[in-house]
Amino acid sequence: MIFSTIIYFLIFPGLLFASIAGGFLSWFDRKVTAMVQFRKGPPVLQPFYDFLKLLLVKETILPAKGSPVVFMLMPILALVGATLACVFILLPALNITSGFNGDILVIFYLLNIPALAFILGALASGNPLASIGASRELKLIISYELTFLLILAAVIFKAGMRINLQEIIMAQADTSFIGSISGILLFIAAIFCLQAKLGYVPFDIAEAETEINHGSFIEYSGSAYALVILTKYILLFTLPVFIGTLLLGGLSFTGINIVYSLLKILAIVLLLILIRNTNPRLKIHQAMRFFFVWMNLLVIIAITLSIFGR
Amino acid sequence: MGIKTFCFKKSLWLFHFGGASCNNCDIEILDCLTPRYDVERFGMKLVGSIRHADVLLVNGSINRRDKERLLEIYHQAPKPILVVAIGTCGCTGGIFAEGNTFAGPVDKIIPVDAYIPGCPPKPEAIIAGIVKLLNK
Ligand code: SF4
Repeated sequence: MIFSTIIYFLIFPGLLFASIAGGFLSWFDRKVTAMVQFRKGPPVLQPFYDFLKLLLVKETILPAKGSPVVFMLMPILALVGATLACVFILLPALNITSGFNGDILVIFYLLNIPALAFILGALASGNPLASIGASRELKLIISYELTFLLILAAVIFKAGMRINLQEIIMAQADTSFIGSISGILLFIAAIFCLQAKLGYVPFDIAEAETEINHGSFIEYSGSAYALVILTKYILLFTLPVFIGTLLLGGLSFTGINIVYSLLKILAIVLLLILIRNTNPRLKIHQAMRFFFVWMNLLVIIAITLSIFGR
Repeated sequence: MGIKTFCFKKSLWLFHFGGASCNNCDIEILDCLTPRYDVERFGMKLVGSIRHADVLLVNGSINRRDKERLLEIYHQAPKPILVVAIGTCGCTGGIFAEGNTFAGPVDKIIPVDAYIPGCPPKPEAIIAGIVKLLNK
């Protein structure tokens, strides 16, 4: 029991599997971005080269002014949070275990941990640009988190008030939720939430590269930054799978369904990349208004529609 | 070649330091990232923070004020870091070498791993210089 838990966490579907899958998705992201810009793009193993270089070769610099302990602990916490979320999502999604009652709420909180950890790490670095990044990230969390929670509420409602991921997947056995009008509205809102959670343009306000030089991550170097990018790879894999499970009817890895599940994830990631490549960066107040007014409105309309069974 | 060197050479992240440049070299550096030359093929990308950088590109003539900044940036960089002097200004000082405020060339201030002369060097020359650096 303990042994299988460790395997779940470290190898499949946890750390190792999620990092490799996320690494490939990250390459997919860079490659598609390059193709959109008529470039060739990096080789397939590029994300892994980046990670290994940062982990093995580069020196890790600790902040002189600031708190080195918190600074170094936060990437680890972020990685653990992302991996746990990934395990809790993938175990029911792959039909390995049935999860537990209320796991969808646990996942919701676990998915928050990386962002909060990055904020603490940025504040511990003692860099003014990092603290600007942290404060922007905090505002961004405040704005998209309500929308995300409402989406979960809508999904729970559509599944007949069940708060277990496995049962939500089972409720979609005949038609997945995206097959209704409210499902489509929820999907649109979810895509924008993902965009903000992943820190992609138009919501890369917290790490605006050309403006505040990677913001929250400005002081991270070497192995600490390696953990940061590993967390990002894992999130890039976990979040699309989560949305696929909530709205597109889950994944399954039997027979031809493998291809179908992979296509689902790739399609969601592709959508994210295309939005990222065709939009400029928003200002923070624009992003807040976007989520507070428009996205919340959209989700509330979706909930109302689903009450009437559409 | 060990795995460490291999990964390092496969993923060079560039940080651009412009001294008192006439801006021509800066534009040629940016040209390397455009679709026509696309150095991302080799895993290179421009980063905004020196803490993430593996290669420090220095161009333009270095005057007395730039010198302090350049030293500071160099000491802030995580090692190992490669320094590339781009343009005649960075390599020798060029027409500014006799100037009153001139404090360079770059290799008098920090150790330089590769020189790419030219005023400005073509993007092809910059890529050739970096390839030579990688094969060193
Ligand atoms: S080398 Fe020539 S082009 Fe480059 S900065 Fe100096 S003067 Fe300008």
